[in-house]
Amino acid sequence: MPISSPDFSFIQTLVRERSAIVLEPGKEYLAESRLAPVARSAGLGGIGELVARLRQEPRGQLTEKVIEAMTTNETSFFRDVHPFEALRTNLLPELMKARGKERTLNVWCAASSSGQEPYTIAMIMRESIPALVEWRLRFIATDISQEMLRRSRDGIYSQLEVNRGLPAKYLVKYFEKRGTDWQIKADLRSMIEFKELNLIQGWPAMPPLDIVFIRNVLIYFDLPTKRTILGRIRQAMHPGGYLFLGGAETTLSIDENFKREQAGPSWCYRL
Amino acid sequence: MRALVVDDSKAMRVILSQILRDLHFEVLDACDGLDAVKKLEGQGPIELALVDWNMPNMKGIDFVRHVREQNLRPEMRIVMVTTETEMDYVQQALTAGADEYVMKPFTKDVILEKLGLIGIQVR
Repeated sequence: MPISSPDFSFIQTLVRERSAIVLEPGKEYLAESRLAPVARSAGLGGIGELVARLRQEPRGQLTEKVIEAMTTNETSFFRDVHPFEALRTNLLPELMKARGKERTLNVWCAASSSGQEPYTIAMIMRESIPALVEWRLRFIATDISQEMLRRSRDGIYSQLEVNRGLPAKYLVKYFEKRGTDWQIKADLRSMIEFKELNLIQGWPAMPPLDIVFIRNVLIYFDLPTKRTILGRIRQAMHPGGYLFLGGAETTLSIDENFKREQAGPSWCYRL
Repeated sequence: MRALVVDDSKAMRVILSQILRDLHFEVLDACDGLDAVKKLEGQGPIELALVDWNMPNMKGIDFVRHVREQNLRPEMRIVMVTTETEMDYVQQALTAGADEYVMKPFTKDVILEKLGLIGIQVR
């Protein structure tokens, strides 16, 4: 059943206040498709009943589930393959040279959803840096959703998920079969710290970041919020670091301190 | 570009062939490994083969081994498309010389992404 206009308006406000994500008019279909399963799993008759419950108990667990459902992005291993190719062919060799003495490398993958993106980066790092164990690596992946963080830490993916974009040689090397699912091997899982982070609230202290992936996230925020987030990333980045945004995102006209640079087959942003 | 679809299921040959034709491939098909070896004879370049595992006469894995050991088509990228989902099978296919591995069931996007991984740009 379609979502009513007052109910959509309520969801818009709730999502905006809690995550700063702007649900524009016309995104009713998104609310319907994401919230119907939440209503069903809560034993409610539909989105109307779900919103009525949220109005009664705005601080309840159901509100958390709604925020999670509305802020979870589609993801897959090696999604939009070019940034990963850029990492392998250009950035990691350059960073290995630049940081060769101190042998430290700090990576942040923001809005990491169910974990495919940070694990993709981790696999590429393993492949590209033979002596990675001798480096002091801090690899932080963050997401707003506790459920996504739990999934990411478990590193368990369905057959359909590992079919999508993952090279078979990496499946063999970095996964183990678990029944009908596939689990990332423990040593790759242990490379990454998965932490809760709401981009519009306080950020934890981070090391100077050499590589930042925050893709297909800014697109959901309004201009002042984009500017704030980019400013905070700028402060957290190492002066020689690299920032990757989604294909439809840019720093141009938002934060002029970043310069757009070609990185192999992809674009990145540098200070 | 030309592609060879090897599967003993006619329905699967139709589905895979249609996906490839939508991507502007010229498609040949074969109903088992032996038929596929025959189809390769006297043909011009074939850039891609999608190969099932379990088929009568000659299995897909034996077809891959034959093609690679005899160096029949060095230009041809081979993707196994199969219901076999155990790690050992994926490993065997790669060792035999397959370039990628798709587990059934799949979607059109899975095929597209795998082609991208083996350097066949279709979009």
